[in-house]
Order: sequence, then C-alpha cells, then structure tokens
Amino acid sequence: METTEMMSYDIVIVGGGPAGLAAAIAARKNGTDRILILERDKELGGILNQCIHNGFGLHTFKEELTGPEYADRFIQQVYEMNIEYKLDTMVMDISAEKVVTAMNRRDGMFRIRAGAVILAMGCRERPRGALNIPGYRPAGIYSAGTAQRLVNIEGYMPGHEVVILGSGDIGLIMARRMTLEGATVKVVAELMPYSGGLKRNIVQCLDDFGIPLKLSHTVVDIEGKERVRAVTIARVGKDMKPIPGTEERYTCDTLLLSTGLIPENELSAGCGVEMNPVTKGPFVNEIMETNIPGIFACGNVLHVHDLVDYVSEEAAKAGEAAARYVQSGCAEASGDRTPIRLVATGGVRYTVPSTIHTDRMDDLLTVRFRVGAVYRQAYVSVYFDDERVQHQKKKIMAPGEMEQIILQKKKLLERPDLQTITIKIEEDDTADPMKGSSDGRNMSHTNESSGAADSTAQADHLKEA
Amino acid sequence: MMQKRDLTCIGCPMGCQITVELDGEEIKSVTGNSCKIGDRYARKEVIHPERTVTSTIAVTGGDKQRCSVKTKGNIPKDMIFECMDAINRVSIPAPVKIGDVVIRDVCRTGIDVVATRNIHKA
Repeated sequence: METTEMMSYDIVIVGGGPAGLAAAIAARKNGTDRILILERDKELGGILNQCIHNGFGLHTFKEELTGPEYADRFIQQVYEMNIEYKLDTMVMDISAEKVVTAMNRRDGMFRIRAGAVILAMGCRERPRGALNIPGYRPAGIYSAGTAQRLVNIEGYMPGHEVVILGSGDIGLIMARRMTLEGATVKVVAELMPYSGGLKRNIVQCLDDFGIPLKLSHTVVDIEGKERVRAVTIARVGKDMKPIPGTEERYTCDTLLLSTGLIPENELSAGCGVEMNPVTKGPFVNEIMETNIPGIFACGNVLHVHDLVDYVSEEAAKAGEAAARYVQSGCAEASGDRTPIRLVATGGVRYTVPSTIHTDRMDDLLTVRFRVGAVYRQAYVSVYFDDERVQHQKKKIMAPGEMEQIILQKKKLLERPDLQTITIKIEEDDTADPMKGSSDGRNMSHTNESSGAADSTAQADHLKEA
Repeated sequence: MMQKRDLTCIGCPMGCQITVELDGEEIKSVTGNSCKIGDRYARKEVIHPERTVTSTIAVTGGDKQRCSVKTKGNIPKDMIFECMDAINRVSIPAPVKIGDVVIRDVCRTGIDVVATRNIHKA
C-alpha cells in the first residue's frame, strides 16, 4: 500500500446511489472540478435499479417514474458533466484526515486524499439474525430486498409459496411482485398494531390480490431443515410477546423479511463521526456536515427515507456544502456563536439536522423527523426555547411516514440568544388560541403568531408507491 | 339497487377512507375524500379500476439478463395477469433504451409496454 502514490480529489463520494449521484451533480454545479464517486456495485443507481415499481419522482420531475428511470435521470447528468466514478470498488476505510482507502480488481488497493468526503452508503436490511426467530436455519429465508434483487435483476424466483414477516413498503411491494410472477403469498404478518408501509401500498399490493395482513402477529416457528416447509405465526400481546393458543401454521417454501432498514455506517464510525443512536446515522448540522469538518452525510446512511425525492434534495444540499467547503480552502465551520440545538421530544424521535448555525443556513431550512407512534388529529409544535412558535394540526401521523417542518432564517436571526428549538407532538390543543378553527380536513396548519414557518403538508402527498 | 362501496384512496399517502354510493353504474355520491384526486380515484375505482403494471422482460445478448418494463399508462385491473402473461412470453434483443416499446397495445388495451432501463450489448 505504501508503494502506491496517493491520488487526490476535491470531493470523494462514497456510494453511487440516489444520494451519491445527486450530491455529485450539485457539487459540480457549484463549481467543483475534481469529484470522484466510488461505487461498490457494477453500475451506478444503487437500490433504485431493483425498485422497478412506479411512483418515484413526483416531487422532483412532476411525473411518476419507476426506480431505474429515476436513477437514469441522474446518471445521465453525471455522464454529461464528466464526473468521474469507479465501479466495483469497495471503500475499506476513511480517516478523520479524509484519506479514503479503497480497492477494486483493476487498481488494487489505493488511497485518495480528499478535500471533502460525502458519505452516501445507504442502508441495509435488518437480517434474520437480529430478529430472534426460533427454528432451524433452512434455505428459503430472504430479506425482502434480496428477493427483490433476485426477481428483478437476476431473474430468479426465490420460491412459490410465500409468507412475509413485516409490512414495510419493500415487503408489500414484494408481495405484489411475487404474486404477479405466479407465486402464492399466503399472509403478511406485522408485529406492530399498524403497518410500517403506506396505506396505498396495502391497497395496491395486498388488497388487490386478496393477501391478508395480520397486524400484531409475529413468526414463532420456522419448520424445515434443508428448505422452509412451514411457518407458524401467532398474535402478540401489548408486551409484544406471542399469545399461546393463537398460533396459525402456513405451509410455504419461502419466508421474506421486511423488518426494517439500518443505515450502513461502519465507515462513518471508523473515522470518528458521531452517531445518533435513534437514526443509527450521523448527527449533522444545517448543511449535512457531520461533527468532522468536511465530512458530510446524506440519503439513507443519514436516516432512512421513504421518499427518494427527499434523498435527492438532501444530497444536493450536502454536495453544495462540500463544494463550498473545498472552495473556501477547507476552512473550518464559521459561526462565532454556538449552534442552535434541535431537540426531539414528546413523540418526535429525532430530527435531521440536529444543530443549526444560523449564519450558514439557507433562507428556508427543512427539518425532517419521524414520530414514534400513530397520532390522529394531533399537533406538531415548535418551540423557540420556551416559546411555542408553531402549532400545526395533522390529521394523521405514523412512524412509517416522515414528517417535516420548515424554519425561516430571518425568524432565527431575530433571536440572537436562541439556544434550543424543540419539536414535539401535542395531542391536547387546550393551549391553542386558534382552537376550533381547524376542521380536521384542513391540512394547512394553524400557525401561531410569529410562527417558525409553514410546513408543507403538500409534500407529504408525494411519497412514492 | 343502491350499493355502498368503501375504498382506501391510493392517490397519496393520506389513504383517505372513501365511501361511494352507486346505483348500478351510476354514482350517487362520493364521501370521505379530502381532495379531487380521491374523488377521481373513487369514481374510476368502482366502475373501471385501473393499475399500472411493472415487471421485467428477458433480454438476449445484453449486459443484463432482465430489462425492467412498465405499462405506459394504466390498464384495467382485471387484465393485470393477462398482461403479465404477455410480458413473460416475449424476450427482446439488446440494446434497449428507456422508453423503447417492447409490446405494442398489450392485450388490446391500447397501452404499450415500454422499457424502463437501458441495456447495452454484452
């Protein structure tokens, strides 16, 4: 390794999926020449290549695209801008000094000195090993995403009689996909009392084909030594433990797991990036920068999204910020004042970003978050220190659907002493002077006085199928 | 005879619970929707439900085994499996470009099946 000369790039982007592509394009548009994308797969586009269903891009392109089509819009721009990329390339290490160590068959092992690094590695599926399902370890158990790749990219059918555990969107999409290809999907079991997927996917992917969805159910036994022969599910109680006597046995040859996604942050943690235990992704500030100046994060490595349009938007911000960082001579973050801290509490599980330097923020800053439970007719409230500045009614909020608020720079600048912005869910509206003015069908917020900003309920309508 | 149909709208993630009252094929009322998309969806869904079908098609001589495809518009819901049969019967030679028509007027729906990804020659 010491014998190879070190390459040098202004920006190295780890991952050529939707986040990496959008970051690269934005960095180039903002005047950075020497950009390199490192991609582990044999082509650009990431997970979108296997997401052949439609519903992508309503927000970005105002039309409904399939995953590969959405990816191609960005890939073509990367080609046109002559942005360099290396495929079949595995990044082994990133140092805090922004030296990236990677390897591939052509170049062997090599090191790159980067002005800035953008983390865009995406996420992984939670595997069976993390679920504590009893039974043997036969063939026929796949994560939903693996099955998706087998069917859509490789052209193999993983099995013919299928049980699915977990009702995340990938599981729902695969229930339909397997059915269309001739398999019988017997049941989808979901541990939680609500689905982690979109309602419209339940209609289009399950109801359309008469596939039952059993909420508050989990797998309690897998039969079969060589190959899955049957799966037993049971109802769970409030304690999430199976209730004896509620078991139902399904003969099947395949069990698909759609039980959650986890940001892929081995590299980030390796270079000392500070991680948020809730998202399992880095803490970032208003420009998607981690605690290490010049190392940025975007896309599913940062927090798991359900809408690729938001990934592209977030990644473009990271790309732009990285370009600015490099052009400013890699100067450390400005800000003579300590950043404002964003606090997620009262049903809000986390926020991205988690700190804001007002001097560097855009005029409008989107703060994204997820709630921890299903809320109906509840309020998203924003507090500047102790003062509530926004109180917006939402008809429904669920853990499976990302929420957002938008902060205005000028409102923050009006309060030079502002230390924390708290975002929480409030079910009781007694303190709301506007009480009664919202008829529940009005999604467009009841903003109070000097409100933080409008949250675009409209954007929520654009989630991909 | 008056009939009631309960639907979940697929127009957006809100997933409104919509009730349609109809007399034969005549729609008397649509309630429960929050917007026009829901109204449009419900009226269509109770009389002529439609869906977009996405799948993959075999490719010969390409750098990939399969090419993803979609119906360019919605097709009647009860023709989804017929459409899948048609898709599974054909294979196409590389190269393929996004938007290339791989099946014209699939199952006489008036809708083409088009490629949704680029395949280069091997």
